[in-house]
Amino acid sequence: MIRVTNLHKSFRSQHVLKGVNLEFATGKITTIVGTSGCGKTVLLRHLNALLRPDEGEVFVDGVDIAKLPQKELYQIRAKFGVLFQGAALLDSMTVFDNVAFPLREKTKSKEPEIKKKVEERLEQVGLGEMGRKLPAELSGGMKKRAGLARALIMDPEIVLFDEPTTGLDPVLATSIHQLIARTHTTFGFTGVLVSHTIPQVFGISDYIAMLADGVIKELSPPEVFCASKNPVVQQFIQGKTEGPIQVL
Amino acid sequence: MLLFLGQVGRFATDQIAGMGRIFSFLMSALFLAFRPPAKIYLIIYHIKTIGVESLSVVALSGFFTGMVMGFQGYYSLRQFNAESWLGSATALGLLRELGPVLSAFMVTGRTGSAMAAELGTMRATEQIDALDSMAINPIKYLVSPRIIASLLAMPLLTAIFDVIGIFGAYLVGVSLLGVSSGSFFAGMEGSIVFHDVYSGFVKSISFGLIITWICCYKGFYAPPMATGVSQATTESVVLSFVMILVWDYFLTSVML
Repeated sequence: MIRVTNLHKSFRSQHVLKGVNLEFATGKITTIVGTSGCGKTVLLRHLNALLRPDEGEVFVDGVDIAKLPQKELYQIRAKFGVLFQGAALLDSMTVFDNVAFPLREKTKSKEPEIKKKVEERLEQVGLGEMGRKLPAELSGGMKKRAGLARALIMDPEIVLFDEPTTGLDPVLATSIHQLIARTHTTFGFTGVLVSHTIPQVFGISDYIAMLADGVIKELSPPEVFCASKNPVVQQFIQGKTEGPIQVL
Repeated sequence: MLLFLGQVGRFATDQIAGMGRIFSFLMSALFLAFRPPAKIYLIIYHIKTIGVESLSVVALSGFFTGMVMGFQGYYSLRQFNAESWLGSATALGLLRELGPVLSAFMVTGRTGSAMAAELGTMRATEQIDALDSMAINPIKYLVSPRIIASLLAMPLLTAIFDVIGIFGAYLVGVSLLGVSSGSFFAGMEGSIVFHDVYSGFVKSISFGLIITWICCYKGFYAPPMATGVSQATTESVVLSFVMILVWDYFLTSVML
């Protein structure tokens, strides 16, 4: 279980997170939505301590990871899989080697075992024939799929998705959403997704959290979220320029 | 006035923090380099990129440097009727100074800039964050093997530079300008002592460390954008050149 309490983060004079309080339900997918630049990715990066807060706590299974030394932090990070915005595949390796990389580096698995598991994951994300290709030879959607296969290879308890459909056409975006939903059903991980592709993302989410002005304005299941009376939520859903969200 | 003082204070703290970060980066990389598990396959790979792939440019620059030294040495020594010392003068200059410094410059241009650009691109495309999020220490994986590889490759490249440089000077001095082959080598044999070779060896190792340290640091912390990568690459080369010359001065003054 992940719980964030009173999280503050500034970059120089820009106060991005101003006291975020949020709890992520175990085994469910929670999607953080908000306008571009509101701090969604900053919040996500605090969940596995890629960023450290200026103030506040991030608890993972009851441990405040914000204050952990590196060795203990790496033990906690083993529970996480991360799908980065651009997939972040190591471009000097083939797709197969990218997916096998965490197994080779973090486990003592033998090569036949690794091969079997990697091929299985690649098959699950629809890249069964693509193992020998380099990341540069893949389309945007394929890179995301390969990134997802790598994120899932260590059977993580928690998977973080940073804008998994950014830059993809609507058809590909839907296929990635379906893939996330399918893998969630198969593996049962706790998913935290950052996105602003609404309403498509509502279909795969158990909870929607709205981040605005550096705080969480709403946390509710998608149907409740859509019916919310909160003017910030309504302005965001309807994409209006007039309202409490300031548009530059 | 307060705003100005604030800016000065911020600049000063940024500079001090930057210096602290660059030294702690080196300490981490060195500490992790000798901590198991050793990444032997990565060390071998980087010996190839730093050593083998720099070999041709180091050999070529060594050859021409030696030939220039042959001409210049002959011209200078002839003023004193001491052409027979050409071998000794060339070898001393190459072994103690020009070999380590020029081969370090070549490696900086050939490999150091590539290191900074590669790591900078990895930062910009979140590959370094991806390693960190997989609980793989990016300094141990990306920097430490490069440091060990450069410590092993630089003395060998310098030795090759020295030998080819001496050969270039021999070609010019003996084959072209008529210096006696016997006196060329006899002078060298009589004046070169172990300390000359040792000082060149120490210099080449320390230059290898400086190149990898600075170039990796600049790339590792490059701002995550295209201009950030180009800026990191340029800064890494310029700073490496300056640091090599500054450190060379200190080492020469200590080891003379």
